[in-house]
Amino acid sequence: MADTSTIRNRKGPVTYVMRFGVIGYLAILVVWPLYEVTARTFAPLERGAEGGFGAFLERLQDPSVTYAFQLTATCAFWAVLINTVFGVGISLLLVRYQFPGRRILSVLVDLPMSVSPVVVGLALVLAYSSGQGWFGEALESAGIFIIGTTPGLIMATAFVSLPLVVREIVPVLEEIGIDAELAASSLGANGWQTFRRITLPSIKWAVVYGVVLSMARSLGEFGAVKIVSPGAEFRGETATILIQNRYTNYEEPTAYAAAFVLVLASVLALVVVSLIRKPEDHK
Amino acid sequence: MTEVLVKPAGPARTSSRPSGLFRLTPASGIGLGIALVWFSVLVLLPLAAVVGAAAAGGWGAFWNTLTDAQTFAALRLTVIEAGLVTVVNGILGTVVAWVLVRDQFFGKRILDVVIDIPFALPTIVAGLVLLSLYGPESPVGINIVNTRQGIFLALLFVTLPFVVRTVQPVLIELDADVEEAAASLGASRFTTFRRIILPSLVPAITAGSSLGFARAISEFGSLVLISGNTPYQTEVASLKILKFIEGDNQAGAAAVAVLLLLVAIVTIVILDVVSRRVARRG
Repeated sequence: MADTSTIRNRKGPVTYVMRFGVIGYLAILVVWPLYEVTARTFAPLERGAEGGFGAFLERLQDPSVTYAFQLTATCAFWAVLINTVFGVGISLLLVRYQFPGRRILSVLVDLPMSVSPVVVGLALVLAYSSGQGWFGEALESAGIFIIGTTPGLIMATAFVSLPLVVREIVPVLEEIGIDAELAASSLGANGWQTFRRITLPSIKWAVVYGVVLSMARSLGEFGAVKIVSPGAEFRGETATILIQNRYTNYEEPTAYAAAFVLVLASVLALVVVSLIRKPEDHK
Repeated sequence: MTEVLVKPAGPARTSSRPSGLFRLTPASGIGLGIALVWFSVLVLLPLAAVVGAAAAGGWGAFWNTLTDAQTFAALRLTVIEAGLVTVVNGILGTVVAWVLVRDQFFGKRILDVVIDIPFALPTIVAGLVLLSLYGPESPVGINIVNTRQGIFLALLFVTLPFVVRTVQPVLIELDADVEEAAASLGASRFTTFRRIILPSLVPAITAGSSLGFARAISEFGSLVLISGNTPYQTEVASLKILKFIEGDNQAGAAAVAVLLLLVAIVTIVILDVVSRRVARRG
């Protein structure tokens, strides 16, 4: 690239205007607000009170906050587990097998990411709520309640993060091809052995990557969960709903503390994801 | 380095190469069956229920809901705000991508990470983050709560990465030879950009913009705390759906939801067309 550097690296005044314009834009839009949230998280509750890490922890130890984070963790765990099993399975089917409707299915699998979270919530209510849902009465007579209970929250969370695992695995499966798999089966390996010994090791990082992305998305889901949850304290109040409720009830310190935990979780996800991406890029 | 949390390149579509496809075995057939049942229960049936609820009252009821003055105002505001944000993103996103690829300066890696933050943050947290600087207790004296500027800012925040992340890889791959040829033939830098570079960026800008537009249309979480939800003033489509649900008007909610679903599907189709055109050209 040494010979091209002369043309591309000429630096005029425009270069500097754009550079500082972009830095300024990102600072006002993202960096400064983030700094402000952090500052408020660790600010003392009232004048003279002690601020810092202690105050932050104290706000998080409120039983309703603990409940909210536990509920969020439960929903995220089940949603990610379901999505991972489904994602690995459907990716293998989409890439390796031939069946009618395969192309339509591959487009449909991606649809949940583009649907507004409120519409996701509404869709689940209209299908499964015992009052108005298509299947509400049938489920009710079987003693199953989905809307307003934890299974409903898990479904809403699973819906919005459904394509994340699939999106990661499909390109990798396409790239590795089937030669190794064919060789394994010609040497007498059965389907499960081929999957465990050949396919799984090569899609391992894609799966981990997809899991981290779904986990981050699941922990932070708000819109869909908000519609299907009763959303009251100790009754279906997830971490994100708690942030909204506390902020609107003028309990801002708690809202900021809970929000900061979610900020940390998403920054952690970013870091993990970029660490995973790097060894892959070096290959 | 480019795509960290973002995978905006459209659906994870399988290629249509038929080679290497197995026929279904009994075991994989059962697997497909289970996957389809779960997918239907979780996604297809609920979405069908939305369409069903919107269609239940017939075309007239659907039309009346959407043309009701207050609903229509919400829809119009949503489209206008999303359109404005898309235009700003199309320009500024390209500039940001340009600086991240072509410029070299200390701290560029940090900016690259900053781009991903709006996607990584939960939407409600994104709203709170903006409110901490531009809210009622703003240290800079700006209060965006219950204003259209607030909605604009929130949408700008959550859609920041789309255009940047779709343009960036194209800009990296761009061949230096044509730029040198243009420069050696006497083209100014602006002419080179307009005639040589911009045309090859257009598909990426279109793809990124349509993703951003779709996201802006359906945005909910970051607006809940910011938009004051005043009818005719600061009420957007997704919050209108929430209001319908809370008022137990499922048909009204479904009508607006169907419109948002349509936008989502149209976006996917546009992306598919754009990506295929690019694939054919390249």
